[in-house]
Amino acid sequence: MSEPLLEVRELRKSYAAVTAVDGVSFAVRSGTCFGLLGPNGAGKTTTIEIMEGILAATSGEVRYRGEPLGRRSREESGILFQKTALQDFLTVRQSLTMFRHLYASGHSVDELVRMSSLEKLQQRDTRKLSGGQQQRLLLAIALANDPSVLFLDEPTTGLDPQARRNFWELVQSIKASRKTIILTTHYMEEAELLCDEIAIMDGGRIIAQGGPQELLRKHFAEVLLELPKQEFPAGARELPLRLFEAGERVEITTDDLDGTLRVLMDARVPLTNLRIRPPNLEDLFLELTGKELRA
Amino acid sequence: MIKRLLAVWHARNLEFVRDRNTLIFTLVVPIALVVGMSFVFSGPERPLFKVGVLSTHSAAAQHPFLHERYVEFVPVTDRADAIYKVGRHQLDLLFAPQSPAHYWVNADSPKGYIVEKLLLSEDHTAVREPVTGTAVRYVDWLFPGVLGMNMMFSCLFGVGYVVLRYRKSGFLKRLHATPLTPFEFLSAQVLSRLTLVLFVTVILYCGVGPIIHFHARGSIVLVGLIAILGALSMIALGLTIAARFSSEELVGGALNLMTWPMMLLSGIWYSLEGSPRWVQLLAQIFPLTHMLNAARAVMIDGAGISQVAADLAYLALTAVAFLAFGAWSFRWQVD
Repeated sequence: MSEPLLEVRELRKSYAAVTAVDGVSFAVRSGTCFGLLGPNGAGKTTTIEIMEGILAATSGEVRYRGEPLGRRSREESGILFQKTALQDFLTVRQSLTMFRHLYASGHSVDELVRMSSLEKLQQRDTRKLSGGQQQRLLLAIALANDPSVLFLDEPTTGLDPQARRNFWELVQSIKASRKTIILTTHYMEEAELLCDEIAIMDGGRIIAQGGPQELLRKHFAEVLLELPKQEFPAGARELPLRLFEAGERVEITTDDLDGTLRVLMDARVPLTNLRIRPPNLEDLFLELTGKELRA
Repeated sequence: MIKRLLAVWHARNLEFVRDRNTLIFTLVVPIALVVGMSFVFSGPERPLFKVGVLSTHSAAAQHPFLHERYVEFVPVTDRADAIYKVGRHQLDLLFAPQSPAHYWVNADSPKGYIVEKLLLSEDHTAVREPVTGTAVRYVDWLFPGVLGMNMMFSCLFGVGYVVLRYRKSGFLKRLHATPLTPFEFLSAQVLSRLTLVLFVTVILYCGVGPIIHFHARGSIVLVGLIAILGALSMIALGLTIAARFSSEELVGGALNLMTWPMMLLSGIWYSLEGSPRWVQLLAQIFPLTHMLNAARAVMIDGAGISQVAADLAYLALTAVAFLAFGAWSFRWQVD
């Protein structure tokens, strides 16, 4: 197993009226993609910004290659913020050139353009880019110094499905070059696709951590049954089953599919629209917190 | 419609009231202006003209011209110096009330023209004496002031608002994620604005100078050095304001609070000759005062570097001090 590239120890960040991060600890191994997963307000962005050295922690520490954060971590980090504005009136190439010159070493501008599929947009004013194009440019800027660790804070929020998939392909190609990636997201599909390890956050704390499949195996017994909420009789909610409400659905997890179906039929629950599927990270979050991830 | 209007009105008021820095500043600025103006403009009616009086004899005080209203009579003892000031529009007229009365006036001074009419209406026997040395046209005296004023606005507002916009948009936060230091960032802003300000000033100088037949008597290289140091000082001053705030109202108010006293007291439009001592001392705080003093000395009187060394030193020191303070207090983002 590789050495931790980043270690987060008992991190805490308090503001006047709220504790955004409340005693978070984890380690990120070199060459892996680590996901911080949670709903809005869970403390993901605060945690990642402390790791980036952008925010100061109230207490606790972050170590990069065994050392406190400093010039080295800044030189070797690439960051894509949740929201970033660039200078007005600059073209894509001019923006990339400006950021490239802020680092002692890194990719050439031509390499960055190619890596982020920006060849046809080089001379375009950055204000005239679409959401997906803008994120590709910001990713190219994050890669300007050929970073060892890449921080991606909700990189696909607000993108349309096609742009999101294009972006995932870019991140997968970066991952293939054995770069360490720290990703925050509230898209389960994104986390399952890209992350080797995830930490699920809620209320500023980590409530579960591990590999996505490992966590699912640990918390779920094989299958999940979904039924429309309006077809689920009120009286059936008292049945001896592991029931959760998720929006307009009722979800039941079980390791005894036959027995559960029998209980539901005996209770005269309509099964016409029953759907059986393996549980995912969204279900895991619901199971752990009783809340929906994108509520 | 009224409901929607009131909803937006209420939300905007809440935003304003909850932005404590802006709220305090909005209250402090008018109070400071009222207090300041009450000091400056308190007392009897403000004089429109400034006349130097070359006499210590009490009998001379009986001359009817010395009882004119709206004329400030400033006692002077050094005739040559007073005549020089008439030539430089620092005095509108120099008057020696002994019989027969004599006076010196700059033929190119609009105020001198009017105050001469006043004098002659009281004493048509007064003898006009030529102003020795080169009399300076008002436009020649004003030209450096207007260039300086333009530089002041460009330096203070150009930098202040740009940094504020960068902070609000999150661009500063993105730069914070790079190895760029506050000093490097601020220095880049200073140099960028300096280039722009000097370019515009050169264009104005070369464009307007020939039209008004302005000819600098001193070294143009020295004028350039004065412009560079003056601009550096005022740009750095603007950065001290933009260094950490993220409210347009606050930054705008603070910049206005700096520009207005400079507009009034740095000698852009008129000389502070004869003003209360404390006003003249206060004016010495402003970089623009030193820049204009030095620029006029070189451009109009042909002064050399040793004669403006004190002004240059002040501009250089304030530039370094403001930049250091700006770098120290700089914040990439509001935490």
